[in-house]
Amino acid sequence: MSAESLNTGKTYGGSSVGGGPTHQETVPDVDVVKIAPVPAEHLVEEGTPDLSVFDAKTVERAEAIVARYPQSRSALLPMLHLVQSVEGRVSQAGIHFCAEQLGLTPAEVSAVATFYTMYKRKTCGEHLVSVCTNTLCAVLGGDDIYRRLGEHLGADGKRLGHNETAGEPGAPGSITLEHAECLAACDLGPVIQVNYEYFDNQTVDSAVELVDKLRNGERPAPTRGAPLRDFRTAELELAGFFPEDEAEYQAGVDGPSAAVETLRGAKLAHERGWVAPAMPDEAPLPEVQKK
Amino acid sequence: MSTPNKPAPVTPVLTKRWLSPNSWSIRTYEQLEGYTAIRKALKGTPEQLVELVKASGLRGRGGAGFPAGVKWSFMPPNEDKPHYLVINADEGEPGTCKDIPLMMADPHSLIEGCIIASYAMRAHHCFIYVRGEALHCIRRLNAAVREAYDAGYLGKDILGSGYDLDIVVHAGAGAYICGEETALLDSLEGRRGQPRLKPPFPAAAGLYAAPTTVNNVETIASVPFIVNGGSDWFRTMGTEKSPGPKIYSISGHVTNPGQYEAPLGTTLRELLDMAGGMKDGVPLKFWTPGGSSTPMFTAEHLDVPLDFEGAAEAGSMLGTTAVMVFNETVSVPWAVMKWTQFYEHESCGKCTPCREGTYWLTGILERMVAGEGTESDIDTLLDICDNILGRSFCALGDGAVSPITSGIKYFRNEFLALCEKNRKRNPELVGAQPGVQS
Repeated sequence: MSAESLNTGKTYGGSSVGGGPTHQETVPDVDVVKIAPVPAEHLVEEGTPDLSVFDAKTVERAEAIVARYPQSRSALLPMLHLVQSVEGRVSQAGIHFCAEQLGLTPAEVSAVATFYTMYKRKTCGEHLVSVCTNTLCAVLGGDDIYRRLGEHLGADGKRLGHNETAGEPGAPGSITLEHAECLAACDLGPVIQVNYEYFDNQTVDSAVELVDKLRNGERPAPTRGAPLRDFRTAELELAGFFPEDEAEYQAGVDGPSAAVETLRGAKLAHERGWVAPAMPDEAPLPEVQKK
Repeated sequence: MSTPNKPAPVTPVLTKRWLSPNSWSIRTYEQLEGYTAIRKALKGTPEQLVELVKASGLRGRGGAGFPAGVKWSFMPPNEDKPHYLVINADEGEPGTCKDIPLMMADPHSLIEGCIIASYAMRAHHCFIYVRGEALHCIRRLNAAVREAYDAGYLGKDILGSGYDLDIVVHAGAGAYICGEETALLDSLEGRRGQPRLKPPFPAAAGLYAAPTTVNNVETIASVPFIVNGGSDWFRTMGTEKSPGPKIYSISGHVTNPGQYEAPLGTTLRELLDMAGGMKDGVPLKFWTPGGSSTPMFTAEHLDVPLDFEGAAEAGSMLGTTAVMVFNETVSVPWAVMKWTQFYEHESCGKCTPCREGTYWLTGILERMVAGEGTESDIDTLLDICDNILGRSFCALGDGAVSPITSGIKYFRNEFLALCEKNRKRNPELVGAQPGVQS
């Protein structure tokens, strides 16, 4: 069959519907990256990236993650946290690194990395500030806090938006701001996390003071969590690697958690002498017939 | 004040160690009866433990309320394939904040529960899937696991019983959907967290297609107490069909928000009493019994017993007993819009009703709240909800419609008032022929 006869539009049933050149054939190629509504450079990179940023220690850690699981692919989520601890984001290099370690294709790793909120495509600041703006925190002031922090951290009259960074990403004092979904601290709302450590019962003023301190290089203590470090250290812990120095490790574990709110029920019971019914002295396991 | 057999208003069981200094350390835990239950459990058989948990009537604390012992009994008796226990610690349902304080304050109770449950289900590998944002819990759990290995409660031949178990603490990466058990398993396998079609249920083909049980943190942390106290003791609290104590998380416009562990069946009136009443005396308008996915209640429902049956009979669900309390200053359509934005963001995209439905619901609600809505939008909302409820792949879709349908049910006037504003701005052109205005 000649090319010409292909375009006559005659189908098996004799209809001309669907015949002729397709629309795509009649228009010039479109540069989709150029017209993308959001800048897409960070999504498309040609060639195999340079993996030298991941040193021998990182490789060793990646192997340690794989060893935790019966099947290696289970290591992918912690390994993405690991590459994020190195680069402050999940880059194309990070994706290729994970793929190489796990025998997956970069496409398979990309599909996973883009699904989860905590994997960042742009390099994060020294600190990640997450403001809960879900309904309950929002009612208590979370929306106002998020708006005010955006204004406060913005420059040239422009508000800092979701997942945007004030300062040079990664440089000391740089802060990435995001609004977060429910952070499971509703009795302590409105709540903020810095590098996933809790700063509970915030106000607009306390939140502004908090980010000012972070910008000045201070490390204010969270209300619940370990002494504050930076985003990348938090990511390393999420990958399952904790401080090797025993004192530092213990200081992290022993960071505060006993919020007044958390203990309220237990305290009320203690004050009023309320206890659960006493357990019997003997409570043998039930007899079951062997099948 | 209380009848002789009625338990106290607050019954600290899971929360009883929380006031102790360094309650998260193995030292404190062992001083307060910690790791006594596994000694007793390991002397019994797996069948006895399943029977015990069945007899206790313990129901899943993650929201669905499925009887834990029955779930355990679905695990095959043979070990043709490895068995797995997976703990769902991906707490993220809006309003829910019970597992995170539990894991921070008393991680060893979860670890001990994991050992007993794994033994009962013949699992030698247990994973605790913790929400990534809960870093301090991950830290505490890792420390607890390390302490438990050092003390011989984990690893090979635990306490000379011949039983082996390894526990791995696994961090998630920020996806609400991973609280759905099959999405959690996919995520734990290193994939996008999207729910699986059931059947097969996890007990037949779960993690790595092997027999798996997924249980909530609070459920498993209850197990050591049941082993020590027995099923009759557990049933001295709560109701016939919903026995035991439960951590109620009270948040929002109350004087003293916090965690209150009370027998199942406690009412909001009683909880408010413990929590010092409504903040500044501003009256109650609406509340959720167990997170945003459970249809809202109003002041009419103050005396509904908050157990699985009571909440269902009154037209909602017990969920996670995340009691979010909102006073009269809060607009219901606004609150519903905020929750719907959440579901839209967290919809995993696998099934069409949820992916498309939550998108359109958000758009319509945003328009209504901006004062651009019309009365027919209310019908459209309900119509979309109808097409999501029961038709989406997993319960996320069902949860997404709960605030909308219950909000319109109890507060339709507020939705109408938003349309009224719009109507005033665009008055009908009296006498004009439809379709001929330029």
